[in-house]
Amino acid sequence: MPHALVVAEIAEDGKVKKATLAAVSFAKKARPAVGGSFSILVLGGSARAAAAELAGYGAAKVLVCEDPSLAKYTAEHYAPTVAEVGKTFSLVVATATSEGKDLMPRVAARLDAAYAGDCADVLVDGTSLRYKRPMYAGNAFGTVELTTPIHVATARQSEFDPAAPSGGSSPIEAVPKVAPGAAASRVEVVSLEAVKSERPELTEARVVVSGGRALKEQFFQVLEPLAQALGAAIGASRAAVDAGYAPGDYQVGQTGKIVAPELYVAIGISGAIQHIAGMKSSKVIVAINKDAEAPIFQIADYGLVADLFQAVPALTAELKKRKP
Amino acid sequence: MKVLVSLKRVSDPDNANKIKIAASGNAVDTAGLEWKTNPFDEYALEAALRLTENGKAPKLRLGEVVVVTLGPKECEQTLRAALATGADRAIRVDATDDALDGRLVALALKNLVGTEKPDLVLLGKQAVDGDSNQVGQRLAELLDWPQATFAATIREEAGALLVGREVDGGVLTLRVKLPAVVTVDLRIVSPTSVYSAHTEAAHKYAEGVRFAPLPAIMAAKKKPLDTKTLAELVPGAALSTRALKFEKPAARSAGIKVKDVSELVDKLMNVSKVL
Ligand SMILES: Cc1cc2nc3c(=O)[nH]c(=O)nc-3n(C[C@H](O)[C@H](O)[C@H](O)COP(=O)(O)OP(=O)(O)OC[C@H]3O[C@@H](n4cnc5c(N)ncnc54)[C@H](O)[C@@H]3O)c2cc1C
Ligand SMILES: Nc1ncnc2c1ncn2[C@@H]1O[C@H](COP(=O)(O)O)[C@@H](O)[C@H]1O
Repeated sequence: MPHALVVAEIAEDGKVKKATLAAVSFAKKARPAVGGSFSILVLGGSARAAAAELAGYGAAKVLVCEDPSLAKYTAEHYAPTVAEVGKTFSLVVATATSEGKDLMPRVAARLDAAYAGDCADVLVDGTSLRYKRPMYAGNAFGTVELTTPIHVATARQSEFDPAAPSGGSSPIEAVPKVAPGAAASRVEVVSLEAVKSERPELTEARVVVSGGRALKEQFFQVLEPLAQALGAAIGASRAAVDAGYAPGDYQVGQTGKIVAPELYVAIGISGAIQHIAGMKSSKVIVAINKDAEAPIFQIADYGLVADLFQAVPALTAELKKRKP
Repeated sequence: MKVLVSLKRVSDPDNANKIKIAASGNAVDTAGLEWKTNPFDEYALEAALRLTENGKAPKLRLGEVVVVTLGPKECEQTLRAALATGADRAIRVDATDDALDGRLVALALKNLVGTEKPDLVLLGKQAVDGDSNQVGQRLAELLDWPQATFAATIREEAGALLVGREVDGGVLTLRVKLPAVVTVDLRIVSPTSVYSAHTEAAHKYAEGVRFAPLPAIMAAKKKPLDTKTLAELVPGAALSTRALKFEKPAARSAGIKVKDVSELVDKLMNVSKVL
């Protein structure tokens, strides 16, 4: 009976990326339509520890593929094995991280399967699955059906709560690496310039403080103390990134990160639709902007019309005073 | 270098918040919206032009850029605009928008690559109407070529490209030997993001994409534009992704304006209870 397969992702330190647990939740939701169970596949240079970690989530099996050529992720090396294992399943899903979005369409092509990316929901209708996807920068949701025997999907992390460990221990099974095609010998990972930050991970933080073009060169000088006081991650608008005030992976929006924290504070951000696409599922939105007509106020729960260079330090001081 | 660039015509992304759902619920009503080239594809074209010139003397073309679109006759406007901007030739694959999905577009492009034999295919990382983000990766697999998605920088080396990719944790640099597939992200059009083998390391481009000068728009009318049909390139083409329903997301209404930071903190602590 074909079931669901989750493709896990390992962090630099060899641990399972928390993002993977969104795909596990997706598979759990979808499994009634695909035979009732799901398995997890993990690949890496050394993936045993991660496999052991993954054995606690109620999977029928945890499949491990270890090979030195998998130590650094490349789609060309990963896709053949994921497709080979995936071809005995009817749904293959990963989380829509930059790795998941790079890998899964390639896997889909190898399986000649249709692909539904960045899904906000999976709908079970008897034995068929439908996928609800944001389109037009989040201004419409499309419900799509895939008509190939195998479906490939990625899950939007902010829309699926991380699966909780379910106790028990899934059997762990080794699978061989499938020899890749010519493409793999023509790609080489040169370097990863990781952006180091003391702050929590943007997509997992409970509070996000984001800054726009208005912050200029004082981006971190102004935002860091507030983020500190709130225990928040820092995000940015595209304009702030383009101007070089913040690194590229801070960008929130249609083409940046999608976040849905408890509290999102937009500072000196006008509220372009592409920005809103990345944060409008936040529980509470605060906007600070000196222009009372800025579109961001149309979606903010609390708006403060003020000059940010005064308001942000004042807010930081107020927070410290009330919540020392 | 010969570069193939795919261009999709999309409804104006800056008006995406005005899109309506057709009464039937199973289509997006784009009436009244303006068509534009998918912004990421405009960036891909700019990157292709930068890779086929010396940045100092961009009038002298040092390679070939072929642009392709899949869509109805009206899409030829998109191609003409690209020809005016500097592309050499254009191909339109005739198909209605609702007869296409990511799988079919990739299959058709694969076939075109077979006849055009480019060294590089450059695409946008996603089309901003469907936000589907799959064609480039699929095409790379079909060709058994290396892929570099979400590119923010490209530097040409002998027979290879050094590509800086925007990933979750920072910037990941890949070296891909040509021929290869590259999909581009927003930052690819910054002043120091793309260097062909002919462009000096000290050269800085103007921010953003270049515009077509008026005479070029006239001249572009004479540049070759071929048409093919989808059935020719993908015999028996059938959709494998179907939209059943569209809906607008739950609207978020404007809240209140607070008078100062003290009121703001009060609300956050006592009303929303998020602090
Ligand atoms: C294909 C495409 C994809 C895109 N993807 C994204 C994306 O993922 N994320 C994204 O953010 N954008 C994206 N954009 C860009 C988007 O359209 C906007 O250009 C961008 O979000 C604007 O950033 P901003 O709000 O910081 O700048 P601006 O629009 O310049 O707004 C600055 C704001 O700061 C306010 N301000 C100025 N000075 C002060 C002060 N002293 N105190 C308080 N307020 C002040 C102003 O009133 C203004 O509202 C995309 C665009 C395209 C075409
Ligand atoms: N109909 C089309 N015509 C030309 N190019 C397309 C078409 N559809 C998708 N593409 C290309 O594929 C890229 C990724 O699109 P998508 O995977 O649909 O988000 C786009 O940026 C285009 O370059």
